[in-house]
Amino acid sequence: MTHTKNSVTYSLGLLAGVTMAFSASAEELTIATVNNADMITMQELAPKWEEATGNTINWVVLEENVLRQRTTTDIATGGGSFDIMFIGAYETPIWGAKGWLTALDDFADDADYDFEDIFGLVRNGLSANGSVYAVPLYSETSFTYYRTDIFEKAGIEVPTEQITYEQFAEMAAAAHDPDNGIYGTCQRGKAGWGENMAFVGPLANAFGARWFDMDWNPQLDSEEWNAAVTYYVDLVNKYGPPGASANGHNENRALFKDGKCATWVDATSAAGDVRNPETSKVADVTDFFKAPKQVTDKGTGWFWSWALAIPASSKKTDVAKDFLKWATSKEYFEMVGETKGWVAVPSGTRQSVHEDPRYLEAAPFAETIKNAILSVDPSDPTLEPVPYTGVQFVAIEEFQGIGNYVGQQIAAALAGQATVEEALANSQRFAVREMTKAGYIK
Amino acid sequence: MARAVSKNRKTLNTVIAGTLGFLMFFPIVWIVVVSLKTEEDAIRAPLEILFSSGWTLESFGAVQARSDYFKHFSNSVIISLGSTFLGLLIAIPAAWAMAFVPAKRTKDVLMWMLSTKMLPPVGVLIPIYLIFRDTGLLDSRLGLTFVLMMINLPIIIWMLYTYFREIPGEILEAARMDGASLRDEVIYVLTPMAIPGMASTILLNIILSWNEAFWTLNLTAAKAAPLTAFIASFSSPEGLFYAKLSAASVMAIAPILIMGWFSQKQLVRGLTFGAVK
Repeated sequence: MTHTKNSVTYSLGLLAGVTMAFSASAEELTIATVNNADMITMQELAPKWEEATGNTINWVVLEENVLRQRTTTDIATGGGSFDIMFIGAYETPIWGAKGWLTALDDFADDADYDFEDIFGLVRNGLSANGSVYAVPLYSETSFTYYRTDIFEKAGIEVPTEQITYEQFAEMAAAAHDPDNGIYGTCQRGKAGWGENMAFVGPLANAFGARWFDMDWNPQLDSEEWNAAVTYYVDLVNKYGPPGASANGHNENRALFKDGKCATWVDATSAAGDVRNPETSKVADVTDFFKAPKQVTDKGTGWFWSWALAIPASSKKTDVAKDFLKWATSKEYFEMVGETKGWVAVPSGTRQSVHEDPRYLEAAPFAETIKNAILSVDPSDPTLEPVPYTGVQFVAIEEFQGIGNYVGQQIAAALAGQATVEEALANSQRFAVREMTKAGYIK
Repeated sequence: MARAVSKNRKTLNTVIAGTLGFLMFFPIVWIVVVSLKTEEDAIRAPLEILFSSGWTLESFGAVQARSDYFKHFSNSVIISLGSTFLGLLIAIPAAWAMAFVPAKRTKDVLMWMLSTKMLPPVGVLIPIYLIFRDTGLLDSRLGLTFVLMMINLPIIIWMLYTYFREIPGEILEAARMDGASLRDEVIYVLTPMAIPGMASTILLNIILSWNEAFWTLNLTAAKAAPLTAFIASFSSPEGLFYAKLSAASVMAIAPILIMGWFSQKQLVRGLTFGAVK
């Protein structure tokens, strides 16, 4: 009896001790993120990590532009509102170099995590001064979505090599059938550096244009920019849907999935959704080829990665790192495949995912995506040499403002409110002023 | 004949007013319609949306499953009521002083207060963010209540000042002659006469605080986020969630819409009539 009593006492004592230790180490993480399919999946699976570790997560989900403003304010002031932020390939190197993010180099020492399994291009895109500052959830480039049935009906030959934008315009013209609700091409028109400029930037690269010369002088009034933007305005106005200047990624994705577009040059990350019969009317009649080139094939597909980073102001770095490892681990991708279907696994990040037969079977376009992503070189994005990295953006702080302004000018040209020449002249003036103010131009 | 013209005009006015009213209310009707559709139906052409077969509450369920509506709702209630109450505490004495004991610069002070509303809020975001960081008010209901009180204070003072000015000073003088103290004068004489005006001021301030999105999004994270943050969390540039976004919007605006509906008489009366009419 005494023995039993003692056992109970010891057991209770042990339980209390474990509970105390557990509650002492349990932390509450606050994660700022966007509302997209991959992050919704992560929110749904995160309770598994919470159960395993005893930690809890507060999700702050915001629209992309609001999130960017919110996280920028917080990180620049050291507000410490968030322990983990979902940020992109543009912010990571800039914020990392400023010391606003916690370096994640020690992830490389964790054999289970297998840091080398993440594509080198993606790791480099999320690094600054030799340190990695964010780990990727998914990465993307741009390629051309096309409708196999429309191409067949219109007698358009499917390209096997990278075509030129001139050839692309001919395809769009042949496929254009507005009387039957089919538009030759749907492209982004909504103003913004992450909207219309994500398409126009690589298009300009293809036409031999660049944002700045080697002395950081803006080149927006160059012949190359003029040729690229003139082509864009003509293409979208002739073969695009009405009101294209208001269409962003979302609207075009909806139009394409609804069967209204014959072609669409946009993010590879939308492929799973477009090829999913539950969400798309054109799942079985969509295929892909490379984004077109023109005078050069450099920088013709963009590079973007959504990644998780820890602000330097977070006081819960160890727990945050633990979550980051879990959320970008091989096991996590496996879990997504098993619970959400392999077509929903985030693409363009891990070599092992792109070699997994289950993924390749569910997403036959995976190889095309991988090849497209690996063919991008953000450090050499243009025909002429440039002092910056980034394909569709320039990795300097001033770019957000300049990119947005140029995007507005080009949207105005598309809507017929300004000529291409006026739009580019205004853009050049603005860019010169901003770069002078920032000290790039003496 | 004159009577007939007037009748025609009346009909015309009614038709114009009805059309304008419908146009103004249409976005809200449309949000409700889309919130009752599936995501697949929600992206169809407008007429197809209206006549597509399914009506469903699944988006409301999905929204509640992914986000805690009641936490955001209670934050909205606390912040909007708190900022209104705090604002009244400051605005009533301020408006009283300016209405009944005006100084040489009272008009200038009133104009200066109004001019603060012309400053774009983003211009003071960083200083306020830093103050909040250093005082530990980031992501707190107290901090947000204080900020919303401050940004709406000029409007409360102006509205109360306008109502108080309508009250003849002689009535207050009479009360004073009867031996009423300042406290009695405000509580027993001024307040009952200004109740319609104060009610509409309170209602308007609650609506303004409820709908305020810039500060509520920028100064909160997980704990103090009100319904504006709740809506923002369903807006997405990648992937379409129109039905869920609409459902979240309906859930966020419903309480204030119902409150506005029931108090519209009071609101209109307070905004259009003076204190003694």
